Formats: sequence, C-alpha cells, structure tokens
Amino acid sequence: MTLFEAVLLTVITASTPLLLAALGELVAERAGVLNLGVEGMMIMGAACGFAGAYLTGSTFIGAACGVAAGVAMAAIFALLTLGLAANQVASGLTLTIVGLGLSGLIGGSFVGQKIEAAPQAHIPWLSDLPLIGRALFAQDGFVYASWLLLGLTAWFLYRSRGGLILRAVGDNPHSAHALGYGVRTIRLWAVLFGGGCAGLAGAYLPLAYTPFWVSGMTAGRGWIALALVVFSSWLPGRLAIGAYLFGAVSILQLHAQGAGLALPPQVMTALPYLATIVVLVVVSALRRQAGSAAPASLGLAFVPER
Amino acid sequence: MRLVLEPRPTHSWPAAVAAPIVAIALTLLAGGVLFALIGRDPVEALATYFFEPLTDAWALQEIVVKATPLALIALGLSLCFLSNNWNIGAEGQFVVGAICGGGIAVAVQGTEAGGWVLPAMILAGMIGGAAYALLPAVLKVRFGASEILTSLMLVYIAELLLDYLVRGPWRDPQGFNFPTTAPFEDAAIMPLLIEGSRVHWGAAVALVGALVMTAMLGRTLSGFKIILVGQAPRAGRFAGFSDKRLVLTTFAVSGALAGLAGVMEVAGPIGQLQPDISPGYGFTAIIVALLGRLHPIGIVAAALFLALTFIGGESAQITLKVPLDLTLVFQGILLFFVLACDTLVVYRLRIAKRSTTS
Repeated sequence: MTLFEAVLLTVITASTPLLLAALGELVAERAGVLNLGVEGMMIMGAACGFAGAYLTGSTFIGAACGVAAGVAMAAIFALLTLGLAANQVASGLTLTIVGLGLSGLIGGSFVGQKIEAAPQAHIPWLSDLPLIGRALFAQDGFVYASWLLLGLTAWFLYRSRGGLILRAVGDNPHSAHALGYGVRTIRLWAVLFGGGCAGLAGAYLPLAYTPFWVSGMTAGRGWIALALVVFSSWLPGRLAIGAYLFGAVSILQLHAQGAGLALPPQVMTALPYLATIVVLVVVSALRRQAGSAAPASLGLAFVPER
Repeated sequence: MRLVLEPRPTHSWPAAVAAPIVAIALTLLAGGVLFALIGRDPVEALATYFFEPLTDAWALQEIVVKATPLALIALGLSLCFLSNNWNIGAEGQFVVGAICGGGIAVAVQGTEAGGWVLPAMILAGMIGGAAYALLPAVLKVRFGASEILTSLMLVYIAELLLDYLVRGPWRDPQGFNFPTTAPFEDAAIMPLLIEGSRVHWGAAVALVGALVMTAMLGRTLSGFKIILVGQAPRAGRFAGFSDKRLVLTTFAVSGALAGLAGVMEVAGPIGQLQPDISPGYGFTAIIVALLGRLHPIGIVAAALFLALTFIGGESAQITLKVPLDLTLVFQGILLFFVLACDTLVVYRLRIAKRSTTS
C-alpha cells in the first residue's frame, strides 16, 4: 500500500462518523430543531453498539443497537423540546450530560474487552484497483451506509415533496401549520432520524474504528459534527466535503507525528478543535455578507395556536 | 384526547418557586427507579446518596467546598443566560483561570515571595478567565460565529494546554515524574474560613457575589439592560442599549468568575496544578444556574444541592459500589426535570378532548 492509499483510506474512516452524525443533525436543523445533544446520542450509540456486538458477536446487531440508542435519546429530546416546548439549547445539553453518564454505566462492564472489527468488503478486481481500490471498494458497511444516507438525504430534501414540507416547517412553521401540516410530528421524525444517524456514527467508533470501548471515546466529535452543519450552510453536498476535510485534518496529526514532527502531542490533539473554531469564524464571516443560510426558525419552539 | 400547552396569561409566581422543588423530587423518584434497575435497594441507596452526607460534619464541609466553584461559575453564567448568550465553555475559563493564577505560584516557588502572591494570583486568574471568555464573545459580535460551539471547543483546548504545561515546562522536577507542579507554597494558598477543614474564603466570596448580583440585577440600570435585552431584544434596541457590548460584558464577567473559581480551586483544596482539576464544575454550573432559575440566591441553594450530588456520588461509590458515572446521570436527569417543570411556569397543561382546530 502506498502512502497515498494509506492516507486516503484513513481519511475516509476518520470522516465517516462525522459525516453520519452531521447528516442526521442537518435534517433535524432543516426542520427547525437545533439538537445540541449530538455528542450524547453518539456516545450512547457507541456504548450500546459495543454492548450489542460484544454480547451477540454480530457487528450488524451492534450497529442496530447503536441506532436504537440514538433514537431513544432523541426521543427524550423531542419530549422536552417538542412536547413541552422547552429551550432547545439547554435540552441538548441535558442529552449530552445524560449520555456521557449513562454510557459510562453501560460501558463500565466492557472496559478492556475486544471485539472483531467490522468486516471489510472485497469486490474482486475493483478492490484491487491501484490508488482508489482500497479506499472506495474495500470499506466496511458503515462507510457505504454513510454514502447511501448522503445520497438519500440529498434526494429527499431537494427532490421529494416530503423534503419540501420539512424545509417549510424549518423556515416558517406557522405557515406550514396554517396549511395543515403537523409541524411537531414532522419535527419529531426529523429529530428521531438525527438521533438514529448519531447513534450509528457513535457505534462506528467501537465497532470499526477502534474495536474496543473507552469511556468518552467520541471525544467531541458530536460537537464537531454540529459545526460541520454550520459549515455546510445546511447543504448535504457541502457537508460531505466538510466532513472529509475534517477527517483529513485529524489524520494529518497522526501522519505528522509519524513523520517525526517535533510538536507536543497536545498541540496535535488540539488541531481539530482549533480548526473547528477557525472554520466557524470564516464561514460565519462570509455568510454575514451573503445573508444567513440557516433555517429561519432554527432553535425556536413551536406551540400551535388554537 | 391529547395534551395541549396553553400560555399562561400572567407569570405564575407560585409555579416559579415550586418548579425547582418539584424537579428535585422527580429526580429523586427517577433515581430510585434507576437504583432498582441496577439491583440496589432504592430507599437505602437514596439515603446514602442524598441524606447521609447531611448528617456528617466532614461531608457538610465538603459540600461547601464543592458548592463554592459551582456557585461562582453559575452566577456568571446566569448573566449570560439572562441576556440570551449561551456560554457553555465555563469549564475552559475555569481551567485558564487556574493556569494564569497557578503560573504565578509556580514562578515564585523558592523565592520567599510575600503577601502579594495570592492577590496577584486571583487577579491573574480573573483576567485570564475573562480574556478566554471574550474569545467566543468577540467572535460572535465581530463575525457572527456561534458562541455555543466556539466556547465549547475552547474547553478542549484549555484542558490540553493545562495537560501540556503540567507534563512539560511546569512539572515538578522533584515530583518523581508525576504530571503535577510542585505543591504551592504557603503564600500561594487560600486562607481557610474554618480551621481544620478545607472550607476556604472562596465560600464567603461566592456568598457576597450572590448578594452583590441580587442588588445589581434588581436595582441598577445594567441589571435592567441585561434582563430587557434577554427578554425583548427589539425593545432593548429601541431603548438604545447596545446588545453587542452586552455580549462582551456578560461573557467577560462570566469568564472572570469562572477564572476566579478556577484559581481558588488550585490555590485552595488542590494546592497545585495537575492535569485534572475539575470534575466538570463548568458544565454542572449550567445546571446550577438553571435550577436556581437564574436568580443569585436560587443559584447558591442550587449549588449546594449539586455539590451534594458530587459528595453523595463519591460516598455511594465507596459504600454501594456503584460507578461514579451515576452522578452525571443524576445531574442530567435533574436538568431534564428542571426544563420540563420550567415549561409549566410559562404554560398550562390542558387535556383537550379533541382538536378544536381543523
């Protein structure tokens, strides 16, 4: 394997959880719901995903457990913000705190256990293509799931009637309500979809990325996914570009350390967080001139008038 | 039949006072269920967690020790939240305060420096915390970057900076390679409020801070500005209040208080710099601020209660062999119920027979 192949391969694996989680959040935010609990849903997906895979020996069941955990967490969030019209920022933080604690409880008994990493595809001839063969045709199921979800989400949001309604709900819930659409029902589905994606993204970490459970192993990826949604201007295509750029930044640190770059390891670890801030600032500054791309009612509770 | 939220015509004061109490009661109930689920006797476990610390003098003092940083940070956060600014990076501002103040303690080691050291440390901690909080504030005001995300990212960076310092340049040369600075000298240690305990003067500072803030919010123009801009930004703009300056001020005050808490923590109970100086005070303080309904006196009470969850969690870990993560779960559940009960202050829950709109 050449260095180029190795870098490409690791960039894709490092980006997949970011892409998955951010994709789900993008749909929720398009419906007008800002769920800051991505980190909490992800870490629960990671803990439950590992538990499921360890107990059954099946990566698929593990991934399903991860998705279920993410959806369950999102349901708590939906109860607060949609059912009780609670503040979305604070409710998202609740999810993060509960998720970090509960995942520690669930994962506690699995510390130090190892599982078989998710199997990688092998397509005769295609997987052996030079340069791109390994990166494109010999990945695990999560990577292909992320590409499939990316395509489906882009199609749904911009080419389907349902997507049009969802975006309308995010931009002007009162009009959508007046037209007879169930604003809170649509938002509920969007939030649950976001939870499922975040759960899958979390499950990816212990099932494919590093085949063991570590407390707090999401390490802020949920927050980076939130920043990616801002970066993408709420467009799925740009979201994918952003996710892969970010994956590249976090991989860069590993290769830089491998190449013997004499910087403290803490500087390298801080790089993705620093990059997130820089990207947010640049994108927000550019957007200031062009007008905000955010869904118009993002973060605002909707209580239907009688 | 379905549940409908109906806005209350007027703000309900009894509900506002009752909401946090109901939230705590519901948290205890949920906690009992949680204990039963992990196979512990709920009554005994809850007693160990929430009641036993109150019967023990040492534990009571420890509650005050832990409530001090929580209250200080939450007082600052409440100003941010009141004016609709979401500073969730107090943990980072706490750490930077500890680094700036602790740096002075490290610098004067072995120099026989006198009484100016501690005041200088506290000043440095407050300035450091304020400066670190101003980063997301400036980025918000100048570029429109979300303060939620930038302030949180800065937490990770502050923790890595502290980690680098105590493992690298500031490590105690006589410390057997442990990643800590040398223990602070006496001139760099907070004086005790109660001899023989770990309760230091920071507790008094937090209490005075709460009283000053009560007066400021209720009786001064700046307090009025904060509340007005938070509740009705348009009205605030028409009144000529600069919301940009308000963002900067509230973040700076909030950061200074978090930094103060940080420097007093390392100059007080910890007595040195080490990679891990906080069990998440900066994040728990968000719960404290909301449980205290953003009112200074309420915040002091809420800080004592959340300090109890830390102490209870530690003693439950020892006597009941439950994981320490349970504390975090409790705190999360508490925040859940606080938010849920808050809704009932603003709205009335009504059971509708059938939807009347269609």
